[in-house]
Amino acid sequence: MRCTRMPSLIQVEHLVKRYSGRRVPGSREVMSALNDVSFSLAPGRTLALVGESGSGKSTLALCLAGLERPTSGRIWFGGRDIVALDEKELRTVRPQIQLVFQDPVSSLNPRFTALEILREPLIVQRSGGRRETSESALAMLESVGLSREMASRGVGEFSGGQRQRLAIARALSLAPKLVILDEALSALDCSVQAQIANLLLELQSSFALTYLFITHDLAMAAHLGDEIAVMDRGRVVEQGVPEKILHTPEQEATRRLVAAIPGSNVTPRLPRAL
Amino acid sequence: MSILEVRNLSVRYFSHTGVASSAIMDVSFDVRPGEILGMLGESGSGKSTLAASLLRLLPANGKIQQGSILFEGRDVLQAELRELEIIRGKRIALINQEPSAALHPTMRIGDQVGEVLAAHEYLGKRARRERIQQALSAVFPAETERISFSYPHQLSGGQRQRVLIAQAIACGPSLVVADEPTASLDPTTQREVLSVFQGLRQKFGLAIILITHNPLLLAGLADRVLILYAGRVAEIGPTESVLSTPMHPYTRALLRCLPPLPCSADEVNRKTMLPVISGDAPNSALLPQGCRFEPRCPDRFEACGKREPAAVSPNNGHTVCCFKFGG
Amino acid sequence: MRFLLRRLIHAIFLLLGVSILTFLFTSLAPGDYFGEMRLNPHIAPETVTALRAQYQLNRPLPVRYWRWVKSVVHGDLGFSFSYNSPVGPLIWVRARNTLLLTVTATLLTWGLALPLGVWSAERLGRLPDTVISWAMAGLLVVPDLLIALGLLLFAARSGWFPTGGLASVGFESLSPLDKLRDLALHMILPVVVLVLTALPLVVRHVRAAMAGVLDAPFLRAARGHGIRRYRLLYRYALPAAANPLISLFGFSIGALLSSSLLVEVIMSWPGMGPLLVEAILARDLYVVIGGVLLSTLFLVAGNFGADLLLYWADPRIRTEPEAK
Repeated sequence: MRCTRMPSLIQVEHLVKRYSGRRVPGSREVMSALNDVSFSLAPGRTLALVGESGSGKSTLALCLAGLERPTSGRIWFGGRDIVALDEKELRTVRPQIQLVFQDPVSSLNPRFTALEILREPLIVQRSGGRRETSESALAMLESVGLSREMASRGVGEFSGGQRQRLAIARALSLAPKLVILDEALSALDCSVQAQIANLLLELQSSFALTYLFITHDLAMAAHLGDEIAVMDRGRVVEQGVPEKILHTPEQEATRRLVAAIPGSNVTPRLPRAL
Repeated sequence: MSILEVRNLSVRYFSHTGVASSAIMDVSFDVRPGEILGMLGESGSGKSTLAASLLRLLPANGKIQQGSILFEGRDVLQAELRELEIIRGKRIALINQEPSAALHPTMRIGDQVGEVLAAHEYLGKRARRERIQQALSAVFPAETERISFSYPHQLSGGQRQRVLIAQAIACGPSLVVADEPTASLDPTTQREVLSVFQGLRQKFGLAIILITHNPLLLAGLADRVLILYAGRVAEIGPTESVLSTPMHPYTRALLRCLPPLPCSADEVNRKTMLPVISGDAPNSALLPQGCRFEPRCPDRFEACGKREPAAVSPNNGHTVCCFKFGG
Repeated sequence: MRFLLRRLIHAIFLLLGVSILTFLFTSLAPGDYFGEMRLNPHIAPETVTALRAQYQLNRPLPVRYWRWVKSVVHGDLGFSFSYNSPVGPLIWVRARNTLLLTVTATLLTWGLALPLGVWSAERLGRLPDTVISWAMAGLLVVPDLLIALGLLLFAARSGWFPTGGLASVGFESLSPLDKLRDLALHMILPVVVLVLTALPLVVRHVRAAMAGVLDAPFLRAARGHGIRRYRLLYRYALPAAANPLISLFGFSIGALLSSSLLVEVIMSWPGMGPLLVEAILARDLYVVIGGVLLSTLFLVAGNFGADLLLYWADPRIRTEPEAK
C-alpha cells in the first residue's frame, strides 16, 4: 500500500463483506464477497479499480455508496467511519457519494422525462422549491453536454450515450465529492465511450470531483486513472500507476488482465497513432 | 470461390405509423470458405439487421427491399420455407447477442444442443448423444458431462456463450454468424471465447462472420474487416490494412477514439482528451442526401453532401466508399 | 425438498383451521336441525330436548369440536340427521357423481384451451385471435345460470338430451353398453355448461402466457437454428410459459368438487352441490362440515399438486444457480 502525502478523501480499511445463506430466488446476480479490502483515494484524483467478474468490484461500490452494509471493516469519509453510522446519519453522507451504473437502460426510469430524473434527487433532499430545482436541473443538463430542449423528452427516446450523460448529471446534481462509476462506460459503443470519457475529465476539473472508476477495460483504466488497483477474489492484490501495472505487473491476476487486453495480441500493438 | 455473396442488400423497417427507416442500404460483400470476416459497426449501423437478413429472420416490420444473398450458390431470398429451415442451423448458424436470454430457461444444456440436431438430422439415440458430446467438447474440453446436465442459470456468462457456439456448430454448418459474442463478458473470458472461434476455424474450416463494435477484438483474429456505418459499407479489406492504414474517415476517427496505451513504463500521457467523432450516431429515419458520414466528417468537401460515393479499390483487396479516393 | 415439506405443513394447518371455522359458523347461525320441530305443536318440547341431547347438540362448542375431531381421526365423519345415515358413505356417493362431471369437464377444458390459446397467441392481434378473444369475452359475460337454463330449454324442446338427472328410468335393466350410453347422454349437457364457463379464463391465461414467451430471445434463437414451428410452440414456448398455467391448473384441480354446484342444482345432477344446499338449509350439521372439509381437501391438494408440478417442471426452483 502506497502512502500519499495528501490527506485522503476516502480511506477503506480491511473491509469484509460476506453473503450468508440463501440468495433471493429469482435474482440473477450472485454477489461476490470482499475479503479484506484496503485502499485510499486522494481528493481530485481518479482511482481505477479493475478485476474480473466475481472479484468483488461491484460489491465494493455498493458498500462505499452505503447501499450495502459491510460485515466488518472501516470506511473513513469526511472524518467519520460511515460503516458505523446509523441510517439517519448515513443520510447526511449519502449525497456526497454518488453512484453511476453500467446499464443506462435499466438504471433510469424510462417513463420519466429528463427534467424529472434530474429534479428527483433534489426534491428528495429538499434542496429548494420547484423553480430552484428546475433551474438546477437544467443547468446540470447543459453541463453534461445535453441541450435544454431535451429536458422535456422522455428518457426512452435517448440514445445509450445520452442516457449515460443523464445518469452522470443526476449523480452530480447533489454536488457530491466522490463519484463511483461502476462499469459506466462498458455498455457503450467505442466512439461514445470516448465522448463520455472526455466529459468525465472535464467535469472532474470543473467540479473538483474524485472518481472511483470501476471497469474491466484495462486500457480505459490506464487512460483515465491516476492509479490502478487490481482486485482478485475480494482483495486488492496490486496497486500502482498505470505505466507500472501495464508494463511490470507483479501479481498473477494482474498479468492475466494485461494479457487479455484486446489488441495486445498483435505486434505492433493496437491502437496505433494515426 | 465464395461461400456467401451478398449483393446490393437493402432492408427497411416500417413503424406502425408508416414511417420507413432504412436499416441497411446497398450492402455488398463476400465471405470465402474458412475465412473470418469481422463486421465492425456501432449502434445504428445495421449490423444486427444484416445478420438477421442472412437467414431471413427479420422481425415482422422489417422488409428486404432489394438485393441477393447467394449462399453456396443458392439464393436465400428466393428459397422456399422448407429449404430455408434447412439452411438455418444446418448450413448457416446464427449466434445472437445476450447469451443469457438465448437459451431456454428450463431445458438442460445437452437437450438444447440435441434439439438443434434433431431439427436437421435423423439420428438414433446413441448417435445423437455422441454428436451432442462432440459439439460440447469442442467448446468445453473439460467437464463436458457436467455442463451437458446443467441448466442455463447454473452457468456463467462465458459458459453460456460457449453453449451457444456449441449449438451453432452442432450440425456442421459452413458459415457461423456471431453477433457481438463477447458483449457482456470480461476480458479474460472474451479472450477465451474468441480463441474458441479461432480453434473452430482451424479444426473445421468454418467461415465465421464476427460482428462487434470494438475494432480491437478483430485484431489478430479476423482475416478481413468490413466497416459498417449507417447501414452502408464504408470500408472493407484485410484486417491489418484496415486497422493500421484505414482509408475511410470514419474508420480513422473510430480508431483514434480508442484510449491509448502507454508504450513504455516511462511514458505518461494519461487523462488527455480523446479525439472524438463530433455529433451523434446516425438516425436511420432521417438520413442525409449524400454520404452518410458527411455531417460528422472532418475531411468533407462539397461533393460529399450531394450523392453517395461508390466503392473503389485503391489497394488490392482494400475497398473504400469515399470521395477522397475517387468514387 | 424443504419447500415441499413446508407446503405440506401449511396444508394440514389449513384443514384444521377450516374445520374450526366451519364448526363456528354453522353454530353461529341461529337454530339447529331440530329447530323446525319446535315450531310443530304436535311435538312436545321435551322430545326436542331429548333428541338434542341424544345428538349431543346441547354440549358446548369446543367439546363438540373435539369429539368430532376424534371421530374423524377414526374415520367416522358423523351422522346425517336428514338422511338418518352416516355422513361418510353419503358424501362418497355424491362426490363420485360430481367428480364424474368435473373431471371430464376439466380435461376437456384444458384439452381445448391449450391449443386454442397457443393458436391465438401465435396470431396475436390478427383476425383469428380477435375472433377468439371476443368469443371468450362473450362466454365470460354470459352468466352460467343462463347457459345452463338455455341448454335445458334446448334439451326439453328438442328431446335429444334428457333434461337433467343422472340416469333414466329403468337404468338397472340396461345392458352395460347401454348403461354407458345413457350415462353419457345425461352427462353431455352439464359438462358442456361447465366447459363453456371455465374455458374463457383458461384460454386467456394460456394466450397471455404464450404471448409473453413468443417474443423471447431464446425462441428467436431457436428459430434461427431451424427448429420447426410445431416443436417451437410445444417444446419450447409452452414449457417456458408453463409456470402461471401450472398454478391455474392447480386451482382447477382444487375446484373439482366445488365448481359444479350451480350446474348440479339446476340440472338435477345428484352430486355434492344439491347435497350441500339441502344440508345447509336443513342445518344438517355434520353433512355440511363433511362436505366443506372435503372440498377444502381438494383445494389444498390441488394447490399442493401445483407446487409439486412446479417444483418438477421448473429447474430454477429446485437447483442452485451460477456455479462458477
